[in-house]
Order: sequence, then C-alpha cells, then structure tokens
Amino acid sequence: MIYNIPYIAVVALILIGLYAVIFKRNLIKIVIGITLIESGVNLFLITLAFRKDSVAPIYRGSGSPLMSLPVPHALTLTSIVIGVAVLALMLSLVVHIYRHYGTLDSRKIGGEEE
Amino acid sequence: MNIIDELIFHSPALIVAIPLLGAFLTPLISKINDKLRNGFVIFIVLLTSAIVLLLANDIYSVCGKIHTYVFGGTQTITEGGFAIRILFEVDGLNIFMALIATILAIAGVIYSWAFMKENTGLDKYYTLYLLMIAGMFGMILTGDMFNFFVFLEISSIASCALIAFWTNKGKAVDAGFKYIVISATGALFILFAVAILYGQYNALNMAVLASKIQFSFLDKIALVLLISGLAMKAGIVPMHMWLPDAYGRAPSSVTLILIGVTQASLYGALRMIFTVYGGNLTNTLNQIGDINIDLNLLLGIFIVGLSLLTIFIGVLMALKENNFKRMIAFAAVAEIGYMILAIGSALTTAFSTTDTTTGVMALKGGIFHILNDALDVGLLFLVAGAVYYATKETSLNSLGGLARNMKYTTIFFLIGLLAVSGMPPMNGFASKLIIYQSTYQVNPILAIVAILCSILLLAVFVKVFHSAFLGPKLPKFDEVKEVPKSMLLAMGIIAVIIIFIGLFPDLVLNNIVQPAVNALTDHTNYISNVIGGIQP
Repeated sequence: MIYNIPYIAVVALILIGLYAVIFKRNLIKIVIGITLIESGVNLFLITLAFRKDSVAPIYRGSGSPLMSLPVPHALTLTSIVIGVAVLALMLSLVVHIYRHYGTLDSRKIGGEEE
Repeated sequence: MNIIDELIFHSPALIVAIPLLGAFLTPLISKINDKLRNGFVIFIVLLTSAIVLLLANDIYSVCGKIHTYVFGGTQTITEGGFAIRILFEVDGLNIFMALIATILAIAGVIYSWAFMKENTGLDKYYTLYLLMIAGMFGMILTGDMFNFFVFLEISSIASCALIAFWTNKGKAVDAGFKYIVISATGALFILFAVAILYGQYNALNMAVLASKIQFSFLDKIALVLLISGLAMKAGIVPMHMWLPDAYGRAPSSVTLILIGVTQASLYGALRMIFTVYGGNLTNTLNQIGDINIDLNLLLGIFIVGLSLLTIFIGVLMALKENNFKRMIAFAAVAEIGYMILAIGSALTTAFSTTDTTTGVMALKGGIFHILNDALDVGLLFLVAGAVYYATKETSLNSLGGLARNMKYTTIFFLIGLLAVSGMPPMNGFASKLIIYQSTYQVNPILAIVAILCSILLLAVFVKVFHSAFLGPKLPKFDEVKEVPKSMLLAMGIIAVIIIFIGLFPDLVLNNIVQPAVNALTDHTNYISNVIGGIQP
C-alpha cells in the first residue's frame, strides 16, 4: 500500500492541473495548472524508476544489489528542461496579453473588433 | 563506400541536424547582411530537401525497404538484448510525410522573403522558422517514443512563438497562448502514455514496444491518452478551438509550416494506432455486458463519429465566417475531418479477414488526402496572405474587385478553390473520390455526408471568390499592385504540384502513396527490421 501513495499523488496532481486548465479563467492559474500536470507526469516517471531498497545508480560500492532505473531519471530531466521552456514562453505571452488588454480574465480577451 | 552512399546512410540524422544547426547560425549570419541571411536560409532548406529526395529515392528503390539509423552505434540491439539506443526508422509512410514537409518548407521560405520584409526581428523569425522545420522533420522520422515527444515540444514551442510573432496585435498573442496551452497539455498526455508503456515493457522504441505489447488495461489507458493528446495537436473537433485562431492570426508563411506540424501529429496518431498497437487491435475483444466487440471496430466507430463532427462543424463555421484567413482555417478543420474519416473507416475494416480491400482503399484515400490537403489549404493561405499584403484588409466585407489588379493571385486562388472542394481536374478530386468510394462500402451515410460537405465547401469558397476577387472595382483599391515575385513563385510551385497530381493521380498513388499504405498495414516488417530475427 505504501508504495501506491506516489501513484495516487500523480493522479491527484494531474486531475487538479486539468481542473485548473479547464475551469479557471485567470491566465496565470491556467499556467499553474499546466505546471501541475507536468509535475504529476514527472513524479510518475520518477516513481517508475524506484524499486524497493534500491540506491541511486551512481553508488557502486554501497553493497545494495538493487539500483533504481537510470533511464526514467534521464527522461525526467529532459522533461523538466522542456517544461521550463514552455513555462517561460507562456508567461511571456501572458505579459504581452496583460499589456494589450489590461486584464488576465480570459473572458475579456480577444473579443475586440478589428 | 562513396560519398553518396555515405550521405544516404546518415541522411535521417542529417535531415534533422542541418535545419537545427542552420537555425542557430542564422542570427550570426544576419549580423552580416540581410540578403545573405535569406540566401543562407533557403540554402539550408534546399540542402535538407536534396537529402530528403536522396533518401526517398533510396527507400522507393526496393519495395518495403526500411532505413534504420542508430545513433551512436551500428546495432539496434545492444548486448544482452536491450533496445536502449535512440534510432530513426524511415519507411514508406515516414518518407511520404517528409516529402510533404519538404514542399511546405521550400514554399514557406520563398514566400517569407517578400511577405515578412517590412517586419523587424527577422533574424529571430528565421531562427524559429528553421527550428519549426527541424521539429517537424524530427517528429516525422523518429522511431522512438520519447524522441517523438521531444520533437513535438520543439515544434510546438517554435510555432507558438511564431503564431504570436505580430505581438502588436492582441489577438495574435491570444491565439499563441491558446495554442501553447493546448499543445503543452497534449504533449504531457503523450509523455504520460509513454511513461505508462515504459513502466510495463521497459522500452521506448516503437518497434520493440509493438512486438511486446500485451494490450492490458493500462495499455488501453495509454492508447486513449496518446490518441487524445495527438488529436489536440491535430485539431479534431472537440479540441479544435485553437486552430482557427492560430491559423488565422499567424503570418501566412508560418501557417504553411503549421499545417505541416498538424499533419505530423496526425502521422503520429497513425503510427501509434497501426504500428505500435497494430498487432493487437484485431484479436482483442472488448466486453460490454454480454456483447463482444472487436476493439478496432470500437475505435474505428469512435473516430468516424469524431470525423463527421469535425467535417460538419468545420464547414458550417466556415459558412458564417467573415474573416478571410479564419474562414480558410475552418475549411482546414473540415479537411482534417476527411482524413480521419478515411482512417476511421479503415480501422473498422482493415483487420477483418472477409473484406480486405475496403480498408486498404480507405487508408489509401486518407493518406493521399494528407498530401492534397497540405497543398490545397496551404495554397489558399498563401493567397489570403497575398491579399493581406496587398490591401492590408482581412475582412471579406471590405474586399472586392481584386481580380483586376491581381490577376495571378486570382488564378492561384481559383486553383486552390477547385482543389480544396474536390473538383476535377485538381488533386483534391482524386483523393476525395477514393474516400467516397471506400466509405460508401463501409456505410453509405458516411459517403453522403462527405459529398454534401464537400459541396458546401465549394459554396463557401465561391462566395469568397465572388466577394473578394470579382465585382466592381473599388476606388480604395486603385493603388493595389500584384504581389512581389517571390510570393508568386511560392504560390506557383504549389499550384504546379496541385495540377500535376490532379492530372496524373495514378503516378503518385502507385509510386508514393502505395508504399506508405503498405508500411502501415504490414507492421511486422517494421518490427522485424529493428529486432531482427530475435524473438523477444
């Protein structure tokens, strides 16, 4: 049971993130929602790598026969880097939107006549 | 081994590496001279195209040949039977998509010369443009699930920044934000699915996954996540709301590549359904109560339902739209509907033993339509961009009588109009006819809806043609001149290819589309090419 708790946290994070993306009207909250989904997925990858009693795959002489899988760690690092890029881009767009419309409410954006 | 063989051997890596390297050299070169930069960008794109053509020639020379390129080694499987290397696997379908991407990239860069000339920040524009092309090629050529995700994100970050390129317009930034929200969510869904698959089978390689897949409950969840994530990127109806905004607000030259990125996502969906899950869709029964339904039938019916919705909503929204580019964007939504209609119909029958021809036929129509749609809708967007360039107007209400001043643009619009609504002798007719024929055998209602919506599409574009190009000369457009030669050249390239395919559809069908269809239906070939004779 104790080993299932991370998976429950993963699902909870993803669902909270999806809720924020779909139902929130403030653009910053939408950005936070996407970051939450991303954290959930990253946590899932890290959890996959872990085995009971395993050590990090860099310690050779620790005596433990089990090592956690290194591949998901590499995937998570890549995913974090990509996530930072997406986050920065989204926030810069939010800044531009705020300059144009003076609001972050998604209902009041983009409705003007050309 | 001479230089050409060497080039062909390394070509899958070069096709991605050259635009990527070129992208980061562009800002340096534009410090020297603007003309030099434009020349450099077209040189990079032409070089990439030449390598794509070499690779295509190599793939098509032997029937069913698959070119596998392993990064950092020669063997696909390392000692001990682990498939941990990243590899690019190019078969008939990959090279087909790469050819489409090549045409779009060349036309887009040539068009950008004049179209974007008056803008500032062009060094960044071309950098992002080449990054987008590199991401698109990467998505198309890769044989690794995680790699697919990475290239998807590269292309979506670059394209988002380009959609919002005109940051002085609030709506463009708004469209960019919508696009990045949808594509980031979709990409994370895909990553989640990749993680689920990795957790079970310890592999990221598509071919190895396809050979190991068991179709457990978790695999079904992964399939749903993959398809919904890719459908978000492809703009299938419940998730289509970003598409008209993004296509409509982006500069026309960017929209052209954006079409390519959308279709690369569609290619991803095809690859996941037919190759990764292909072997198990048939013999997996899904029990609902007491009734057993084949899973491919269930999936097929679901996709056909979505596609009918996509076609309907796309066409109806196009009918009431007043903005030139947004209207074409809704027509593009409808066109995507045609492709997934064919794919869904193929799924319902492709694996059945009693009726083998219908499914293959539908798949042929759908894949052929991917090429035709990219060309037709791309040409229309270029024309819309040309009209905007000449008049600075986007609303159809204030346009009129342009045929008198812009005769070449008018002719190109007429070609695109006939092609997109499926009139002979243009290319749209050839692929749509195959789709009608094959879907009629699945269910006549599908074909009827498809034909009806095609006619409505013609009505939409005839209305636009009338209101923008025909009619009396408007005094405010007296000064309007024909657009510069490079824009005409880009439109001309696409128009010539459209007419060529329209006149000789058999040539294209037999030589290019058929290998792609074979690659999809024969997934054992794809698997055995990587893991060889070794059984897992």
